[in-house]
Amino acid sequence: MTCTDFLSQLTDYFDGKVDPQLLAEVQAHIRECRHCEVVLDTTRQTIAIYRENEIYEFPADLRERLHAAIMKKCNSAR
Amino acid sequence: MPAIQSPDTEEIHPDVALVARAKQGDTAAFEQLVRQYERQIFRVAQHITQNREDAEDITQDAFLKAYEKLEQFQGNSKFSTWLVRIAVNESLMRLRKRKTSKTVSMNEDVQTEDGSIPRDFAEWRPNPEQLYGQSELGDILRKTIQGLPPGFRTVFTLRDVENLSTEETAEALGLSVPAVKSRLLRARLQLRERLSRYFKQKNLEANS
Ligand SMILES: [Zn+2]
Repeated sequence: MTCTDFLSQLTDYFDGKVDPQLLAEVQAHIRECRHCEVVLDTTRQTIAIYRENEIYEFPADLRERLHAAIMKKCNSAR
Repeated sequence: MPAIQSPDTEEIHPDVALVARAKQGDTAAFEQLVRQYERQIFRVAQHITQNREDAEDITQDAFLKAYEKLEQFQGNSKFSTWLVRIAVNESLMRLRKRKTSKTVSMNEDVQTEDGSIPRDFAEWRPNPEQLYGQSELGDILRKTIQGLPPGFRTVFTLRDVENLSTEETAEALGLSVPAVKSRLLRARLQLRERLSRYFKQKNLEANS
């Protein structure tokens, strides 16, 4: 398995959906290829960091204002 | 990492009843749906447009559209996916208006290899408490995602920030599953590349 082949399986690998026949090859590549091992790990970190950090604030006053505006629009559309 | 859903428990989503009541004209039921999803819709719009005022307008317009089109919602998909789809379309339309010269379309498959081929193989672990203030981390995460083409950004947002499944993301964007996967891979690799550069620099600074 080449590094390019490995990358093409990366998304399925995260989802646990790699074809069973391919999985052993993917796992072997991770053990043997330092670069792909790092890519796998740091891609996982990348996803986690975006999942764990709310990067845009949604303060209570904004929420209230927005909620009121939505309901006003909807009620006047009836 | 992924949540495993047991296939044999096909429960009825609580939204189904709310949507049914809202269709009958029950405003309180619709308001409940608004409450449940206003934050998510605002976040999606802000991630795609990168602009808070736009995101506010889009959130209002998306719920208004959903309200007006509620009769057309068949329940083949989740209500939230349907709502996200409306919000994504509104967001992309807004982006198109802003960028008069550049087309913004989910269908343009950006054929750039820029950043999609890994070049940085430094290991890193984010350790926000020790190394950076939360606001600096927020800045870098915002800047990094801003650098993605809108189509990639949108796929990444739905799949990895909002935790939609690949299939739901495809449905919300009107893309095929392979198209979602290809964009998602490139989005993740581009973000990884940029964050690697940043964290590597941070580690150097911390150790110097
Ligand atoms: Zn490799």
